[in-house]
Amino acid sequence: MQIPVEGFMYPNEVELQWSVLIVLYPFLTGLVAGAFILASLERVFMVKAVKPTYRLALLTALAFLIVAPLPLQLHLGHPERSFEMYLTPHRSSAMAMFGFVYLWYLLAVLVVEIWLDYRRDIVVMSQCTTGWKRLVYRVLTLGSTNISERSLHIDERVGWLVTVIGIPSAFLLHGYVGFIFGSVKANPWWSSPLMPVVFLFSAMVSGIAIVMLLYMLMCRLRREPIDMDCVDTVAKYLFYTFIIDFSLEMLDLIHRIYEADESFRSLDFMVHTRLFLSQVVIQILLGTVLPILLIGVTQVVKLAAEQRKRIYVVAGCLTMIGIFAMRWNVVIGGQLFSKSFLGYTTYKMGFVTREGLLTAIVLTVLPFVILGVLVKLLPPWPEKKSAISSVAVAAYGAD
Amino acid sequence: MKAFKDAGHLFRLASVFLVGGVLFLAFRGVLVPRSFGQYGHYRADAIKETAALPISYAGHQVCEGCHADVLEVKSKGVHKQVACEACHGPLATHADDPASVQPAKLDTAVLCVRCHEANLAKPKNFPQVVSAEHSGGAPCETCHQPHSPAIVAVAGGNQ
Repeated sequence: MQIPVEGFMYPNEVELQWSVLIVLYPFLTGLVAGAFILASLERVFMVKAVKPTYRLALLTALAFLIVAPLPLQLHLGHPERSFEMYLTPHRSSAMAMFGFVYLWYLLAVLVVEIWLDYRRDIVVMSQCTTGWKRLVYRVLTLGSTNISERSLHIDERVGWLVTVIGIPSAFLLHGYVGFIFGSVKANPWWSSPLMPVVFLFSAMVSGIAIVMLLYMLMCRLRREPIDMDCVDTVAKYLFYTFIIDFSLEMLDLIHRIYEADESFRSLDFMVHTRLFLSQVVIQILLGTVLPILLIGVTQVVKLAAEQRKRIYVVAGCLTMIGIFAMRWNVVIGGQLFSKSFLGYTTYKMGFVTREGLLTAIVLTVLPFVILGVLVKLLPPWPEKKSAISSVAVAAYGAD
Repeated sequence: MKAFKDAGHLFRLASVFLVGGVLFLAFRGVLVPRSFGQYGHYRADAIKETAALPISYAGHQVCEGCHADVLEVKSKGVHKQVACEACHGPLATHADDPASVQPAKLDTAVLCVRCHEANLAKPKNFPQVVSAEHSGGAPCETCHQPHSPAIVAVAGGNQ
């Protein structure tokens, strides 16, 4: 397959090594970190208005975290080798150490927090359900059916502690992804100490937006009224985080323009040509400025609930597109120009290939399928909880 | 004791992690080779195993021992620095038993363009051609002698 090249490229720069799957990877981990930080608002920072999204945010984070390493596995092509970074870890490699960050976040933070929060429901459902579901819940109880007030209080305290530990862990998880790009000193498009911070805030933006959209979608599917106080609060936090994220990205841009090092003319040309649509139009105008303006309107103008809902849905969808475009522009954009600063290559994406578009679509849909299963197994709804509560009182009232 | 009783499920959770950790260490003990880390972040035995592999390349000194005529031609041309097996491939078996192991005949239409096909990234002073235009797919040895490829002007002015 002939790849169109403009100007001069070194031979090893013509074909892109990091594909759309490497775009997907920071996008997925960003959603994990962002969703978890939204959950921590309720748990640690006592923002009670966002409580209806707390459990959904945790399950969303888990569903996306399970899928997050799959793009890397497919990109590397030898999934069995990834296990070696656990067996013989190389401490000087950031990529190798990621395995431990991932495992820590998955097992020590998310799974433990979800288990502690759902333990009461799990115990009750292990008694109320039948068949394979009962078996699953019984395994999840770990053989302990103690849901006395005191044991639940202990769960609450330990869960709080896990969330407190989870916040820096979430920062570490996504800060690491930015670090990987920011530390590539040979690539002026990536090499910036601001990169981990920008990635972190964009992660928070995308995570908050996806949970807001999922909450509204699930309310609609369940024909339940949307808690507008909750959605307004989530939108407010999305607005604040987005402004910080946008400011940091602009700070980075202004710094690059002012510094104007030897790479500047080449990168500037790229932004005005090959990346113009994906960066200027989709990422900055449609994916950042427009959603900020839309949510900004809801913050200053009194609008009816129905209008606010529509604005949140449009702004949320645009945000997701904008953050994906940001990942695309970082990963793909950083490989389109030559280190000689004299030429540009083209990214040719396959369709039905190991790293093609179809694979990327499947990996994007997969977390939603996993989330569907998790929601079925561990319903995050307060209604269900109250229904369960009555069963629990009947079953364990004397405890 | 009541506190321990009500935190019993946490001890169970800790036990799951403990069992997982012990299983991991057990697997690690079995899977990580004994010689790993002896000299560095690799398996030390790999050095001995690699050293024990059969030799594939004879080295140009061995070739030159028998093919002095080729050496004489080659040493006068621009390919004097190119090792014999860079083009002819690994031929230790031929060097060990020249009578029964004969090297395959090379197709110069394929071989030469590996280095000499025109590419912008190559230094300007490196000889390179667009082979389709230069020779139309004909073997390079039609005009060039691979061991000393410069075409010397002969009487009559032909190149």
